[in-house]
Amino acid sequence: MDAALLSIVMAAPLAAAILCAAVRAPRVCEAVNLIAAGLGFVCAVPLAVISRNGPFFHWGGYVILDMTGAWVLLCAAIVYLLAAIYSVGYMRMLGHDGKLWGYYALFAGFALTIFASTVMNNAGLYWIAIELTTLVSTFLVGFERVAESMEAAWKYIIIVSAGISIALLGTVLFYWAGSFVLGPTYDMTWSALRDAAPRMNRELVILSFLLVLVGYGTKVGLAPMHTWLPDAHSEAPAPISAMLSGALLNGAMLGIIRYLEIADTAGAGALARDVLAGFGMFSLLVGALFIVRQTGIKRLMAYSSVEHMGVIALGVAFGGILGTVGAFYHMLNHSLNKSLMFFGAGNAMRVYGTKRINRIRAVGEKFPVSGALWLAGAVAITGAPPFGLFLSEFVILRAGFQQSFSWAASAMLVLLIVIFIGFLNHFRAMYFERDPRPDAIGTGVLSAWCVTPMWLAAMPLLLLGVWWPAPIWDHLVAATRAIGGSP
Amino acid sequence: MLAANLDPVASSIFSMLAIVSLVLAFVMLGSRWLNNYLYAFAAESWVIAALSAAVGYYGGYPELYLVAGLTGFFRGLFLPYLVWRIIRRLDVAREIHVFVQPSSTLVLGALCAVFTLTVAYRIGESLGLANTVAVLALTVMLSMKLIGFLMLAVRHEALSQILGLLILENGIFLGAQILVPGMPMLIEIVILFDLLIVVACFGVLVRYLVTHVGSTSSLKLKRLVG
Repeated sequence: MDAALLSIVMAAPLAAAILCAAVRAPRVCEAVNLIAAGLGFVCAVPLAVISRNGPFFHWGGYVILDMTGAWVLLCAAIVYLLAAIYSVGYMRMLGHDGKLWGYYALFAGFALTIFASTVMNNAGLYWIAIELTTLVSTFLVGFERVAESMEAAWKYIIIVSAGISIALLGTVLFYWAGSFVLGPTYDMTWSALRDAAPRMNRELVILSFLLVLVGYGTKVGLAPMHTWLPDAHSEAPAPISAMLSGALLNGAMLGIIRYLEIADTAGAGALARDVLAGFGMFSLLVGALFIVRQTGIKRLMAYSSVEHMGVIALGVAFGGILGTVGAFYHMLNHSLNKSLMFFGAGNAMRVYGTKRINRIRAVGEKFPVSGALWLAGAVAITGAPPFGLFLSEFVILRAGFQQSFSWAASAMLVLLIVIFIGFLNHFRAMYFERDPRPDAIGTGVLSAWCVTPMWLAAMPLLLLGVWWPAPIWDHLVAATRAIGGSP
Repeated sequence: MLAANLDPVASSIFSMLAIVSLVLAFVMLGSRWLNNYLYAFAAESWVIAALSAAVGYYGGYPELYLVAGLTGFFRGLFLPYLVWRIIRRLDVAREIHVFVQPSSTLVLGALCAVFTLTVAYRIGESLGLANTVAVLALTVMLSMKLIGFLMLAVRHEALSQILGLLILENGIFLGAQILVPGMPMLIEIVILFDLLIVVACFGVLVRYLVTHVGSTSSLKLKRLVG
């Protein structure tokens, strides 16, 4: 059962990518990608449920389906579905029909590599999956082929490849640390590393973990390794920004979570968590500073991603049931919410023909429905009730105070308030300030393809804020227990 | 652990090869000419291939001969060929704006090497391998990492950055041959192919950069800030 579902999840985007490259008719590519995304989502939900009875191993033990991975896979599948729907409307507005097949082929390939990274059981193969996400998405970031997007693509591939190579060094050193226990040749599975961890040399584990943390942290967008993120997120087409932010960053965070488990078992957990908390804190700080003074609409969203990855990193670092569960829940909420925000930003960019916040005015009057959804998303992303992010951030804060990280939790609280004010101030200006210049009034209409995914993201977000479903709570608690998520 | 009980000849061959490749990394650091980078990189890859073969011979890992062959062919011939094609397409023969002189860069590189030696020694001591080739391998691995980053930081040409990244990878590969010769073949081969894809992607991107930005110097990439 799970093997079949897993095969479908992987095969659907693969088939879509091949079909898009083969057929090249724009409408067919749209449909194929949509079907693949739908299939991926439909299969990812039962996979998450089934993973409770796991972990399951497939394909000669190279693939693992465990609760943590299945959860991240589910988040990615949700974003892929939303972004696939939104792509139809957005890319038609962009009007590159001739090379749309390339976009959809890469898009499906991007989804495939993210999906694959969540189920890799071998640390080396996980690294390769993450590296492949970069290579595929670089061309999506540079899809519009203007100077800005080429610059963003170049920075993205250079910075992230350099970062990822640090993770490779860390991976090799982890293998070395394991080879003292398991002999010179062994399969570098997560469980093998974890079982060997108590007998690994502690200093070597610390060095390896720090390298892995910095390496995958680059991909997660933790400050100060985040510098590629605002450029790539702001220059990519909006659906890709949503994928980068909502799906890819979680996929890289998964690696950090898995290695943290190994560091914990090796007795290096306390230091590892302190460092992770430091990176999380710094990401929040950088996010706050750049959000307050931001002038570009998608860069605003990008810095908000840096901030939220910081929050997730803090949740993971705080640990315990509350911290880790909060971090997982935050992943889902952030995936939904950031998709909503990027879709809204994409709409605004197309309609107003600008990326600058000060040229986007009177959104609410022009677009009563989608404008209201976007505004609701803005309130949600700053962590205000009654949306999901409020709950997850609240839980993470509680964990911080419980787990003797009060300094970090207090600072986090202050920074969240700063971000709340700074972020919503931009929205106040965009909705309620007047601009006498006539070109600050948008033109054009939004198709249902552009608005529907916003509904599909906003409604669950509201639901998850007023009601934390018991099955999700149980799943996340079980996942946390399985990875020993407390120091 | 291979490094712990090696016969002295093997140990000195490994050390020599590791040091030669570190010196070649310094050659890159000390030059401004893109062609020199390329030759140094190709030579370094051949040294690493020789190292793989030597480790395979002395450590009793026959599969490393295959890795050596693949390394020699892909890293030593094919990758340099791809990079050479990129160079040919650009009309840039050397770094034009150097804001840290090559001589100063060499000093910085030397400082990096000293720093990594202390780190490696510390780790080697805690593992009880303080007087073995493992310390040297770790030093070279980490120094080539830092030298690669130095190249990335102080050089602007797209090509220097690509080669900087390739040094990072070479350093890891070199260290891995000595420290973890038993690392599964599958991973090594996949990483090798991954590298090829990376360089192919760079090639495409460089072409786009020339067309759409009009320059391959990272000094010209400053539209996106804040």
